[in-house]
Amino acid sequence: MTEMPKHSVALDAKIPEGPLADKWTHHKNSIRLVNPANKRLIDVIVVGTGLAGSSAAASLAEMGYNVKAFCFQDSPRRAHSIAAQGGINAAKNYQNDGDSVYRLFYDTIKGGDYRSREANVYRLAEVSANIIDQCVSQGVPFARDYGGLLDNRSFGGVQVSRTFYAKGQTGQQLLLGAYSALSRQISKGKVTMYNRHELMDVVTVDGKARGIIARNLVTGEVERHGAHAVVLCSGGYGNVFYLSTNAMGSNVSAAWKAHKKGAFMANPSYTQIHPTCIPVSGHYQSKLTLMSESLRNDGRIWVPKEQADVDALRNGSMRPTDIPEDRRDYYLERRYPAFGNLVPRDVASRAAKERCDAGFGVNEAGEAVFLDYASAIERYGKTEANVQGIQAPSAEKIRELGEAVVRAKYGNLFQMYEQITADNPYKTPMRIYPAVHYTMGGLWVDYNLQTTIPGLYACGEANFSDHGANRLGASALMQGLADGYFVLPYTIGDYLADDIRTGAISTDAPEFAAAEQAVRDRIAGLLGNNGKTPVDDFHRRLGRIMWNECGMSRNEKGLTQAIADIQDLRAEFEKEVCVPGRPDRFNPELDKAGRVSDLMELGELMCKDALERKESCGGHFREEYQTPEGEALRDDKGHAHVSAWAHTGVPAEATHHKEELTFENVELKTRSYK
Amino acid sequence: MDFTLKIWRQEGPQEEGRMETYPVTGITHDMSFLEMMDVLNDQLIRDGQDPVAFDHDCREGICGMCSMFINGEAHGPNRKTTTCQLHMRSFKDGETIYIEPWRAAAFPVVKDLAVDRSAFDRIIQSGGYVSVNSSGNPLDANAIPVPKDDADEAFNAATCIGCGACVATCKNASAMLFVSAKVSQFALLPQGQPERMSRVQRMVDQMDKEGFGNCTNTGACEVECPKGISLDNIARMNRDYLKSQVTGE
Ligand SMILES: Cc1cc2nc3c(=O)[nH]c(=O)nc-3n(C[C@H](O)[C@H](O)[C@H](O)COP(=O)(O)OP(=O)(O)OC[C@H]3O[C@@H](n4cnc5c(N)ncnc54)[C@H](O)[C@@H]3O)c2cc1C
Ligand code: SF4
Ligand code: FES
Repeated sequence: MTEMPKHSVALDAKIPEGPLADKWTHHKNSIRLVNPANKRLIDVIVVGTGLAGSSAAASLAEMGYNVKAFCFQDSPRRAHSIAAQGGINAAKNYQNDGDSVYRLFYDTIKGGDYRSREANVYRLAEVSANIIDQCVSQGVPFARDYGGLLDNRSFGGVQVSRTFYAKGQTGQQLLLGAYSALSRQISKGKVTMYNRHELMDVVTVDGKARGIIARNLVTGEVERHGAHAVVLCSGGYGNVFYLSTNAMGSNVSAAWKAHKKGAFMANPSYTQIHPTCIPVSGHYQSKLTLMSESLRNDGRIWVPKEQADVDALRNGSMRPTDIPEDRRDYYLERRYPAFGNLVPRDVASRAAKERCDAGFGVNEAGEAVFLDYASAIERYGKTEANVQGIQAPSAEKIRELGEAVVRAKYGNLFQMYEQITADNPYKTPMRIYPAVHYTMGGLWVDYNLQTTIPGLYACGEANFSDHGANRLGASALMQGLADGYFVLPYTIGDYLADDIRTGAISTDAPEFAAAEQAVRDRIAGLLGNNGKTPVDDFHRRLGRIMWNECGMSRNEKGLTQAIADIQDLRAEFEKEVCVPGRPDRFNPELDKAGRVSDLMELGELMCKDALERKESCGGHFREEYQTPEGEALRDDKGHAHVSAWAHTGVPAEATHHKEELTFENVELKTRSYK
Repeated sequence: MDFTLKIWRQEGPQEEGRMETYPVTGITHDMSFLEMMDVLNDQLIRDGQDPVAFDHDCREGICGMCSMFINGEAHGPNRKTTTCQLHMRSFKDGETIYIEPWRAAAFPVVKDLAVDRSAFDRIIQSGGYVSVNSSGNPLDANAIPVPKDDADEAFNAATCIGCGACVATCKNASAMLFVSAKVSQFALLPQGQPERMSRVQRMVDQMDKEGFGNCTNTGACEVECPKGISLDNIARMNRDYLKSQVTGE
């Protein structure tokens, strides 16, 4: 392993000239366009049908391009975006609480701990309002107030109400909107949809992305698909930790194959650990369930102040409701009075870990804190009693009325909690703990969302672009739809303008043949292996290494060890893994084997990236770099850059490149939520 | 907890299927049903046997991917619960559990418990959308107020996860609940009005083409629907469909 990067080149993000607020308009007006007749001569592949992919595919098709879209689920509607709960941000300022494009921009830069690109973030804030208009016109049933206008809620890290929502199913409703737009283009023949297909490799010809190798997951057929450009919208890779809130199939393979073909991976170790998830319960647990951040609007987070109360809770001799107010430590309100329970996720997660590490965790494993709705229920109940004109309501009546309000706002989340834990969260506080949720890192892209491979683009969670070292709640949905509806469809034209005379891309080129053969060989190798150990076993072990050493807090010794451990695990996988079944059948174990194999390589690179970043910022907390109060200590002189890694064969020996971040419009400050 | 599992095994769409018996042991009450299946598959792989194929992804009741017919009920014994949200505490230690795929002509088996539900996608493609482009500049989102009750009802209809339990549970394998949920969502919103009549015609026609059966109002679908989609949607769709035929739109 090399200690220092071999050499580092500066990356050009192609940020347009001019004042921040004019960059995007100016850029749109000056980039090249492809006229409608020529668009019909151009094919684009979109991998993924989440918010980013569905919206990109639908928009590209509307503009006239021929689109082929791919997803591994049995329907595009089931992409992981469907599971997003809490909401989507937009600078509409409907609440007249002082919101603006600039404020959303500023909050996002600050929330990301000054590790994102100003120009991209500003553009995101700028198009955010359009997204809501677009979705409403598609028939997305957002929550409304009694006057019939759109309602908003607040999310962490901000002091305005700019989050639009559809109960706890915002992602579902937005995705179904994008899916309906996609379906419309499928019916017109402008999009050809490939369900149950997995990207196996990206094919480059003369240095340009010219297609993909895909596997039909039902028949096992390995297929070549050519196109003038390829857009990866394949989502995040939180499943590198095995346990996460991501769907079981979420994976890094599409991005990782691109990385191995020359696309740089940016800030791969930036991981978001979400503070409010249902705690781990057993060895066979397959995933963790999020309790939406919107719950922090009304819920209060606490642990007991006294060890004796913790012990009593753990041995069951006391219930949480038995602990009086003055023996409770509302630690977020105590430490961060200005933002209280609505501090950003990285801050809230670390604070929970700090309390649990100090011995105040409230479940048997000592890894849980309370999220309590009692005071919200009482507050809402009193208001409702007033509204209904009930004189001197009993405590019971207040509870009943308050529970009804909470049920209307968060009912499906409370029900989900009860289904999993068999506890009634209306009566007793929820037990929650941080869990892996989102990956800010991803494929490096320039302002046009193009990777370092010409003709290869990345949108949504698959790219690294907008969230710096920590993403604010309700901003992933915004980014996915911004990329897909409003950014990529324009910026890709600038590249495709050169391709109007190219003609259809033939898949007979030797590059396609070679890529296909490599895929076939890998499949045969996995199936023919004489090992005994199921894939999940490796995945679990990878997850444990990553969670312990590259999770909520990291240090040099642990990361170095983790790299060695993952390398051992990878070698063992090649020898010992057992993949049953046939190549020409529906074979989920085979799909999983390919994905886990890529996740292990990614994990190694993540540790390398975390090791290189000798500072703490956002979700990346290096124990060596903290303030006396235990807050993240940034190093703006040495690390105000994006780390972009080039593959060299062994992940831990990737070459380090930098994109220096320049801040012209915000002043770099220590983030404070106190 | 220990169980005896009777599971439908079928190599592929063309092959014949059969029920096979498997014991599983060491299950805990807080495991989900799919985690129990993971344990079984782990055992099968270690024993050199073919694991049971089944569809799943989110494992939190929202993607609509999981689809098991458990002890004669779509998604198992609990109401408003998908297979992935079902926990083993809902079963008795030592019980025999029957696990089958969705059965409907329009949902051919892919392998074992996984079926092909692309017919649902084609129904949406036939008209389950508002024809608006994303490259244009639509109205401001608050330009048209929508009464809260309408918005809430449209939302309730829109929470359908497209799982197909309604079809699997219906003795006629009818897709009326699924189709009516989408038709209703748009029928209740101002944005859905311009295409309201043509939409319902096209979607119902496509549903018939896909080989789903007729609705005879038994209401079993509503009972088994994990999202509590209401039969009122079917009534609303029927009214719109009749109207669309009368007006000839
Ligand atoms: C439980 C949960 C709740 C969340 N809540 C919120 C929220 O309230 N607000 C918010 O802003 N964000 C939220 N997020 C984050 C947000 O949902 C995601 O970041 C976002 O939806 C990602 O969208 P995407 O389009 O980039 O990718 P995804 O939706 O993950 O889509 C990925 C697509 O790529 C396809 N794909 C992947 N790999 C391959 C391959 N190899 N071959 C072929 N196809 C492939 C998949 O089939 C899928 O179609 C939440 C996340 C979780 C886990
Ligand atoms: S109506 Fe209910 S049962 Fe039918 S597909 Fe929708 S959610 Fe599933
Ligand atoms: S796995 Fe997504 S609904 Fe069950």
